[in-house]
Amino acid sequence: MMKKKRKSISYGKWGYLFILPFFVSFFIFSLIPLVDTIRYSFFEYYRSGIKEIGPNFVGMKNYVSLLESDMLKYAGNTLILWVIGFIPQIVIALLLASWFSDMRLKIHGKQFFKVVVYLPNLIMASAFALLFFTMLSTNGPVNSILVSVGVIMKPIDFFGSVFGTRSVIGFMNFLMWFGNTTILLMAAIMGISIDIFEATDLDGCNRMQRFFYVTLPLIKPILAYTIITAIIGGLQMFDVPQIITNGQGNPDRTSMTLIMFLNNHLKSKNYGMAGALSVYLFLLSGGLCYIVFKMTNRNDPDGSKAALKAEKKEQRRKRG
Amino acid sequence: MKKKLVSTLVIASVTVSLLAGCGSAAGSPSEAETATTEEAIEEATEEVAEVASDEGKVINIYCWNDEFRTRVEAVYDQVVETSEDGTVTTLKDGSEIHWVVNPNQDGVYQAKLDEVLMNQENAAADDKVDIFLSETDYVFKYTDKDANVAIPLTDLGINPDEDFADQYEFTRATASDSDGVQRGSTWQACPGLLVYRRDIAKDVFGTDDPEEIGKKVADWATMKSAGEELKAKGYYTFASYADTFRLYGNSISDSWVAPGSTTIKVDQEIMNWINDSKEWIDGGYFDPTVKGQWNDDWNKTMGSQSKVFAFLFPAWGIDFVLNPNWDGEAGSWAVTNPPQEYNWGGSYVHAATGTDNPQAAKNIILALTANEANLTKISKETSDFTNDKSAMAGLASDTTFASEFLGGQNPFTKFAPVAENIKIAPLSAYDQGCVELIQNTFGDYFQGEVDFDKAKANFETAIMERYPEITEVQWPE
Repeated sequence: MMKKKRKSISYGKWGYLFILPFFVSFFIFSLIPLVDTIRYSFFEYYRSGIKEIGPNFVGMKNYVSLLESDMLKYAGNTLILWVIGFIPQIVIALLLASWFSDMRLKIHGKQFFKVVVYLPNLIMASAFALLFFTMLSTNGPVNSILVSVGVIMKPIDFFGSVFGTRSVIGFMNFLMWFGNTTILLMAAIMGISIDIFEATDLDGCNRMQRFFYVTLPLIKPILAYTIITAIIGGLQMFDVPQIITNGQGNPDRTSMTLIMFLNNHLKSKNYGMAGALSVYLFLLSGGLCYIVFKMTNRNDPDGSKAALKAEKKEQRRKRG
Repeated sequence: MKKKLVSTLVIASVTVSLLAGCGSAAGSPSEAETATTEEAIEEATEEVAEVASDEGKVINIYCWNDEFRTRVEAVYDQVVETSEDGTVTTLKDGSEIHWVVNPNQDGVYQAKLDEVLMNQENAAADDKVDIFLSETDYVFKYTDKDANVAIPLTDLGINPDEDFADQYEFTRATASDSDGVQRGSTWQACPGLLVYRRDIAKDVFGTDDPEEIGKKVADWATMKSAGEELKAKGYYTFASYADTFRLYGNSISDSWVAPGSTTIKVDQEIMNWINDSKEWIDGGYFDPTVKGQWNDDWNKTMGSQSKVFAFLFPAWGIDFVLNPNWDGEAGSWAVTNPPQEYNWGGSYVHAATGTDNPQAAKNIILALTANEANLTKISKETSDFTNDKSAMAGLASDTTFASEFLGGQNPFTKFAPVAENIKIAPLSAYDQGCVELIQNTFGDYFQGEVDFDKAKANFETAIMERYPEITEVQWPE
């Protein structure tokens, strides 16, 4: 009797109780808004002056008119701005991470540099953008110094050209995020067993071989995580271009990102159109994440089905 | 212990990120949230409201800075004192003015005001908006008769034709709805002048006399030849293409959008501005490094190192924009007639529909916008150009009045004739977006980034984003 009773004691309910707050807050603050956003995307719902128009059901009209608008161009802008920032970011971060975690290099003041590279990330993006905007303005300090030193004859209009504006935005994104990526990748590299590195030394690997054939494959999961978060962050790029171009995406709307486009719709509280755009963004980020996940995890023997399949195939091939 | 701490932190950060995510996901549910809290507040304050007499004890005034408050403190005879932080002003009858200040930038003020105006019916008496301010650029949005958020002044017991007989006609027209019913009133008129640097004038034209310079800038054609002389000596006539916009924009013959229409009609005057600005910027009469207004580059052109000869400003522009940016000695500037009469800005006072303080609103509006003694006082103390013809005429002929910043000149002698001649442009509810976006999109064209047709297309895209109900943009032939 006693034995039976003890058997029926279940600790499971405590588990549920402890995760309850998350699900409650997720339900209230994420799920309901999410469903509402999708619902409103099928409605005509905006404000004209202080008169509310709608909500009137319009079916797929919002989606169609978005496709007819310049949405794809803004998606392209976002992609370009992201790539300009991301490529140097990941390259520098990998380089720094492998240097910092290399036992043989014996870098002094490692902790200090870790803090320094992370610092730009601590500044609010909008403050950072405003700082760059002021420094690089045509009559700003950078131009004044360059002119008085004699490097250039007359001030450079950084934000007057497509190339200038995009480079500055990309550079700022790089500067803000490379520290963060460095720290993440460093943690990943330090998670690799030291024995493996010793083995590579014994086998006579040079530094390049060690990096490309040992380190890189072993940090793949973290690398995938970094890329996925960077993609999502890139899709949401807003504050830097918004402030640098004063919300206009100048020149000629070439620096207008998708979220800035979304923000333009929210000026008239156009929930319908903004909702439809959000749904597109949701699908896009979902799709991109899926691709990246597939790409990086295909041969990873992590117990996933794809890995299992690949392994079996390999074995069959060997046998045959 | 340490583990526990870490897990608490993780939970906290997850919750925070969830909350942060909510903001960008959708605005509407959080609105629902605030609505429920508002209801809660309403329930809590309902009892208090019942205690109050038929006229509420709290007058809520929505505005975007402390300008209106300082004006009220200066001339409204009911004021006892204002609290240290400037949020509450006590009146003699024991009621309080609560100042709700939201910045005008980025449409913050309008967004907050719209929220409360839309909830006005359900709000507790003491939470209702009683008085709010609006600017010329968007006054029409609030005086709209269908929206009906601003009370017609006659319903307050004001007889505009009598009480405002001395106001400038154009200010009354601006604050009226499409039927001509006046729904607001202002204490200031904003006729604009041409403000120029005396030292540059002496260097180029050999004189800094406002009458002589006035002749050089009498209209756009003579202005251009003066610009040629300035250019020869290495000066710019104006800082930016946006500086001249108000002069053209104020002379449009039809409103941007006709009442009830969803078509934007770009006026010929706007096209003139585009063509002239392109010609002027290519000709080197504008400082090419300055893009638009209200930015750092623009502010710097008002400094003593700048090569810019003149700005086009109303009274507030000289006091609040030019003066703080000028770093040379006082008395280096002077005013003269502009090439084209124009009005720029002006804050209108409205009583909100549903107010529980109609009597107080009436008193404040009358004291601030229709009392000659009060308006003269404001003008003398702040050199603001106030909305009273006889007071302004009095100041213009007052030889003892001299502005130190303008080298002893009495600016009212120049302002008054401009104010008499202003014909306000026909307004629409879309003015703010149109004015803002046409300057922005054509900025690229002036800078040579895009061609004319592309700039037109960009304006069409931008304006339809801002106002989803706009279906078409028509350009003059």
